[in-house]
Amino acid sequence: MTLAAEAAEPAPAAASFDAWADAVLALLLFSIDLRGTGVALRAGAGPVRDRWLALLRAQLGAQPIRRLPLHIRDERLLGGLDLTATLQAGRPVALRGLLADSDGGVLLVAMAERLEPGTAARLAAVIDRGEVVAERDGVGLVHAARFGVVALDEGEDGGPEGAGSGRQGEHPPACLHDRLAFRLDLVNVQQRDALAGDDSMLLGAGELAEARRRCALVQVPEDLLQAVCTAALALGVGSLRASLQALCVVRAHAALQGRDVAEPEDAAVAARLVLAPRATALPQAPEQPPPEEPADSPDEDETPPPEPPTEPPPEPPPDPPEDTEDTEDTEDSDATPPPGALQDLILQAALAALPPDLLAQLKAGQASREAARAAGVAGALQKTGRRGRPVGVRRGEPRGGQRLNVIETLRAAVPWQKLRQRTAAGAAEPAPGHRRVEVRAEDFHVTQIRQRRETTTIFAVDASGSSALQRLAEAKGAVELLLADCYVRRDKVAVLGFRGRSAELLLPPTRSLVRAKRALSGLPGGGGTPLAAALDAANGLADAARRRGDTPVVVLLTDGRANVALDGTGGRARAEADALDAARRLRVAGGAVLLIDTSALPSAQAAKLAQAMQATYLPLPQAGAQAVSRVVRAAS
Amino acid sequence: MSLSFPFSAIVGQDDMKLAILIAAVDPSVGGVLVFGDRGTGKSTAVRALAALLPPMRAVVGCRYHCAPEAGGAVCERCPELKSAKKPKTELVPVPVVDLPLGATEDRVVGALDLERALSQGVKAFEPGLLARANRGFLYIDEVNLLEDHLVDLLIDVAASGENVVEREGLSVRHPARFVLVGSGNPEEGELRPQLLDRFGLSVEVRTPSDVPSRIEVVKRRDAFERDPAGFTKAWADKDAQVRQHIVDGRKRLPKVTLPDSLLESASALCLRLGTDGLRGELTLIRAARALAALDGDAQAGLEHLRRVAAPALRHRLRRNPLDDTGSTVRVERALADLFAEPPAAD
Repeated sequence: MTLAAEAAEPAPAAASFDAWADAVLALLLFSIDLRGTGVALRAGAGPVRDRWLALLRAQLGAQPIRRLPLHIRDERLLGGLDLTATLQAGRPVALRGLLADSDGGVLLVAMAERLEPGTAARLAAVIDRGEVVAERDGVGLVHAARFGVVALDEGEDGGPEGAGSGRQGEHPPACLHDRLAFRLDLVNVQQRDALAGDDSMLLGAGELAEARRRCALVQVPEDLLQAVCTAALALGVGSLRASLQALCVVRAHAALQGRDVAEPEDAAVAARLVLAPRATALPQAPEQPPPEEPADSPDEDETPPPEPPTEPPPEPPPDPPEDTEDTEDTEDSDATPPPGALQDLILQAALAALPPDLLAQLKAGQASREAARAAGVAGALQKTGRRGRPVGVRRGEPRGGQRLNVIETLRAAVPWQKLRQRTAAGAAEPAPGHRRVEVRAEDFHVTQIRQRRETTTIFAVDASGSSALQRLAEAKGAVELLLADCYVRRDKVAVLGFRGRSAELLLPPTRSLVRAKRALSGLPGGGGTPLAAALDAANGLADAARRRGDTPVVVLLTDGRANVALDGTGGRARAEADALDAARRLRVAGGAVLLIDTSALPSAQAAKLAQAMQATYLPLPQAGAQAVSRVVRAAS
Repeated sequence: MSLSFPFSAIVGQDDMKLAILIAAVDPSVGGVLVFGDRGTGKSTAVRALAALLPPMRAVVGCRYHCAPEAGGAVCERCPELKSAKKPKTELVPVPVVDLPLGATEDRVVGALDLERALSQGVKAFEPGLLARANRGFLYIDEVNLLEDHLVDLLIDVAASGENVVEREGLSVRHPARFVLVGSGNPEEGELRPQLLDRFGLSVEVRTPSDVPSRIEVVKRRDAFERDPAGFTKAWADKDAQVRQHIVDGRKRLPKVTLPDSLLESASALCLRLGTDGLRGELTLIRAARALAALDGDAQAGLEHLRRVAAPALRHRLRRNPLDDTGSTVRVERALADLFAEPPAAD
């Protein structure tokens, strides 16, 4: 850890310089192996990004670079029927899509962080197959489409202040992000670093061709491959694509250096550029060979795999040729590095490249939790007929308020005109003056509209005696602020109160702020804490909201001191066990839960409860109403 | 069509491979759904299937490659084609049809032949992907991203085994019996229960987390990328073995007997788990029989049932609010409760 912390705090100027140097190196490696690598470029629009793209253009020369606009339609993306040409020619003429046009070159995905999952999935399928297969509008097409991808990502980062609150940074869709080897971050690169120098670092056309030829032939020794895979696992990089991409980068780097056999240095570069940006876990102790892999990542419940040095490697570690080259060129690995040392070298290269705030997050186990949280919540979009943003057109009759898309309907009708007029006229040629377009029901196209799912925030407020009365007033204050927030977001709100023996639904989901306030202020205090009943009631409400197509967020305000069991009887032990059970049920149901601890001092019970339902835990003494409101916003 | 990664070269993922083999031996099991992490070779395995399947016999000239045997669903031309004493038949590869994302409805169900309509003004039906998939496999990658109206359509056709087209003044019905194979990533959305139910078996795949198999995956994939033809050739023998395995399994399938006690066990298991409808039970028994045929056993036994229980039932369980354990664990627990004796061999 100490080593990583030291390495991860360079001066800002040096960091900027290094980031740019890495970006240029990645550019060269990308141009050597377009298909095997791919770049996700995080940078705002500006001179730095322009410079990088200009360099890429200069490097690739005549190879096509196509830009994929954000809301591209399928017919342009994948290809389809070229209507004009079809009518002119009197036979179906297919239109090549953008992806087919990019064959042999590079596809620039602009504003990739806003790319629709559907478009990203289409793109991913084409990347995997190396060809476009489209079955659209009466034509079936197969075109070769082997291209490299640069995803331009202008997404806003979670930022340091967002890291603790579970706020998500924006990223390109995961299926695309996963397929891109390099994740470059030019946000902090200063202009003078980027604009300094000329194009001399680029490869000449001959050099590039030579590097590409060599890249296909580079040998990667067994132990290097093993070290890369082990390092990936140690850093918690689950996807095997990352290891494959790292391998491609090892090759490309070796080719760039004019080597026929890859060396540890190449692997170190791959670890720095490919593995480090994806790290979700820290290897236990980077200084010494880790005795076991960390089990930080929650989605892998298998026991950690054994460390390679303790088992016989599949083949004798270093190959003879690699052996000799080592002693000649590389200083940092003396003579023949044993697999453990090699792996260390690669791990260190990756660790050194981790940004400091990421390290802090990883240590807190935050990153993995955020990743777990990324799925599910109100990123969810819903297709409806009436409101929202148009996302496409489909065949169908305008029903239930859907709008007829006139252009698409006419487009669908046009090819059949000759035929229809002929059949209408009883096999005779259409009358000369007959100019009307014949539209039939099967031509109807409707615009599909998608809107963000609404959020229903469910407040479960503890009004028991233990949740001392003055705290109740504070809790009410916090809820009122949240309500104002919900109003701004047009969320629906439901309020549950619980005290005595049971939980009571004070307010079914509504948009009325006034009613919510009234329900809350009328909530009396005192009595036992039937926490389990409250959790079940909240769960029921959340379930109902989900079935309506909303995204529920449960906000629980309690001190966590349950003393009434599910069946209404007293007894602390049973009540607590019941509450924990109910909390687990809530977790299984999924969705965001926020527990606000209203006790005077943060209590262990409330924290335990929050853990049982994987809720965000927030003790009220520290959390001002503003902080609470911010967390809710992040959760929804 | 580019070469696909050989089936036998896929490292690990035994559950997925077994489910695919079962569906290949007995298509009536009703399809396979593969859900899991990114980059685990989901689509690789399904696409590899095409190279693996032994060819089938079909009537010459039939656009839906109908089987020469009498009976079953037939298309409108087959009675005429088959009216001859002995209809001409040919061996054709079993279709494994990819339903690409962004496919339009007309290409899926079939529509007027655009070319002929434009050039000759003739109304003719051009079969779609469903017709092409008849008697074979229909593969949908990223099945949870499929457009809703296509999902509705597939649910209907998958249940009836027949595609009815009523558009552009055409009225066509043709057989469309296919094994539905879907894959996807659960993070990108859930499937509707109706569509889930159409899949006979469901498997969950995870990224292998031990170093040796990860290295092996990377090595083989890399070798394939660098020399697809050579790699495929190197694995051709292994693939041929798998193909023979399927052929043998199919041959044995009709002879595999199902003891009454097994049917009872299956019912008891479904009852215990509270699965909706009979489809789960039926799938369970068929899958157990297909597995017995694959294993070369003359009788399907409890051991087979045990092995197919999780894939056949886990996607049909109702979410139990009182239990936060995963579906697979619940199936296993029910198995352990019901059939207490230790498995004979695993």
